[in-house]
Amino acid sequence: MSALVRRELSLRRLKLPPNPKVRVGIAIFVFFALLALLGPFVVQNVMGLSPSDVDTSQAMELPSAKHLLGTTATGEDVFAQLVVGSRISLLVGLVAGVITTTLSVLVGVAGGYLGGRADSFLTAATNVCLVIPGMPLLIIVASYVQGRGGWLTVALVIGLTAWPWGARQKRAQTLSLRHRDFVSAAEMTGESRWGVITRELIPSLAPIISVSFLGAVVGSMFADAGLSFMGLGNINITSWGSMLYWAQNGAALTRGAWWWFVPPGACIALIGVAAGLINFGIDEISNPRLRKPSKEVRARARAARLHAAAGGSAAEATAGKPAPVQEAAS
Amino acid sequence: MTVPALGPVDATVVAPRPGRRLRSVRLGTARYFLRRLGFYAVAAALAITLNFLIPRLMPGDPASALIAQMQQKQTLSGDQVHAIYRLFGTPGEPLWDQYVTYLNQVLHFNFGISVAYYPTPVWEVIRTGLPWTVGLVGLTSVLSFVLGTAAGVVSGSRVGSRFDSFMTPASMFMGSLPFFWVALILVLVFGVQLSWLPTSGGYDGDMLPGFNGPFLASVLQHGILPALTMVMASVGGWLVGMRNMMVTTVSEDYVLLARAKGLSKARVMFQYAARNAVLPSVAGFALTIGTVVSGQLLVEIVFAYPGVGYLLYQAVSSVDYPLMQALFLIVSLSVLAANFVADSVYGLIDPRARETRS
Repeated sequence: MSALVRRELSLRRLKLPPNPKVRVGIAIFVFFALLALLGPFVVQNVMGLSPSDVDTSQAMELPSAKHLLGTTATGEDVFAQLVVGSRISLLVGLVAGVITTTLSVLVGVAGGYLGGRADSFLTAATNVCLVIPGMPLLIIVASYVQGRGGWLTVALVIGLTAWPWGARQKRAQTLSLRHRDFVSAAEMTGESRWGVITRELIPSLAPIISVSFLGAVVGSMFADAGLSFMGLGNINITSWGSMLYWAQNGAALTRGAWWWFVPPGACIALIGVAAGLINFGIDEISNPRLRKPSKEVRARARAARLHAAAGGSAAEATAGKPAPVQEAAS
Repeated sequence: MTVPALGPVDATVVAPRPGRRLRSVRLGTARYFLRRLGFYAVAAALAITLNFLIPRLMPGDPASALIAQMQQKQTLSGDQVHAIYRLFGTPGEPLWDQYVTYLNQVLHFNFGISVAYYPTPVWEVIRTGLPWTVGLVGLTSVLSFVLGTAAGVVSGSRVGSRFDSFMTPASMFMGSLPFFWVALILVLVFGVQLSWLPTSGGYDGDMLPGFNGPFLASVLQHGILPALTMVMASVGGWLVGMRNMMVTTVSEDYVLLARAKGLSKARVMFQYAARNAVLPSVAGFALTIGTVVSGQLLVEIVFAYPGVGYLLYQAVSSVDYPLMQALFLIVSLSVLAANFVADSVYGLIDPRARETRS
């Protein structure tokens, strides 16, 4: 799969892949990035809303023109919280994603390239860390830290526990590049091992690294939301996770205040779906069989079947055109 | 340029004599299990060591803080104070000595006394939660594996069919949602708005636990929503994985041959294609156990389900370090044990797995 992904996503020609799923996914990411970047300013300075102003006379209000997404049990504006909170949630995701990706690239690529004992050691370490469940580990570390260091600590802890999946994947990809000519050429010109890794292997893996970076960002956002939901981490800073925590604590569920906990979860979910779309789309690009055949191909296949049923041979009907791949399967 | 050297291994496998072959296969199997066992032993040692190191690496002195906190509730006996120091670190004592005494504590399941459920010993508290979590995780992970894989077979045997066009995007969508938020939505819809199902606890609070009809019915009723959440969240991964493998497998020659022989469609799909396509899914099963358990911890909190996740929540909210540490250890060790079982099953059904050196 790697070769195709590499071609489609090559950094040299920054062209969006033609797959609609990938495009929608990227559009969602861009939307949330802009929201986190500009949203808080617009909401607080232009619209004059505050995410933390308590107003008990307007508690638990349904969405209205004044409060676009209603209010919390203490009368805070849910819409303002949602927009302002996007920044912290995304920031935790980004920082943790960078740490996770860096670690996984270093461990995975070094192991795959160096081979031998270094690889055996790194692979064993990766696999061992992979089977130890991450969430309980995160929970106990976060509860010892007790909010010290704010969101940065949370991001750090998530980043340090989430790398093994990516390391495994990158090692496998590196193994497939290990004996390619360009690597041998670099070795023969006297490039050091570190030089081969940073100047040859990592750039060739860039598309895979960027996709897994997106996955790491989303995974970290999920983990952050889960931790905040348990009351760990940054519940006093407005973030999507802390909104869910306060909603749960304020009995939003039993009071039926859906506008309080549906929006933050929906934002997290939307980002998750975007990552899913991108992954799925890239699978389709690299393996055309996974794609639903286009209308034209399906029509041609139907015509061929009818033709065959009428006594002619299918090969005749599709002669001169590329054989529809899917028909082998149906 | 390096040429991969042929190891001596290749020389020995050339033309094995028929009599010896069976024995060497058996030896290979034994070696596979031993190697897996060794791997999980290392992982378990790491989990135990992490559990030992985390409180000692943290700023401050958790042991003394904990003792001060517990003294407020009730005076502690000298033994209890010692037990806490042994679990969370004695300031000044060499780390290695601390490690040995700690291991001794763990071996005897002596995890101290819970703060949240004072004065019940931690191990007693965990014992009440364990069956709920094991039951729910076991049931839901097998259920979602079977459902997802079966749907993946149907979906992947004909890409673009009506079933495939609906199920694949839908399950991908479900799989991208955060587990605990799905749980919240289910509580809102089925518990609060429709009030069809109970939304908290593991059984009706008025009942006494026991092996009788009404109690088991109540357990089932309380389990539906948590189980539904878990299945919804994890079924999609299996579906997509199986679908993608099926797509590759159905175009293999032996599938074409089976079809040419005139075998029924179902037989070709399940007996020929799916049996081979399912192997990567089975291999991946072990690795998802940890993810499922992690997700369930949060789901249990939403439903106040009396399992390990809810206990962990109680421990976190009342800063109950002994309970928290012991839970981490028990959860990790259980996940490792489950992984070992799943790996062994895979080794039994796919001989190739036993040959690869990891």
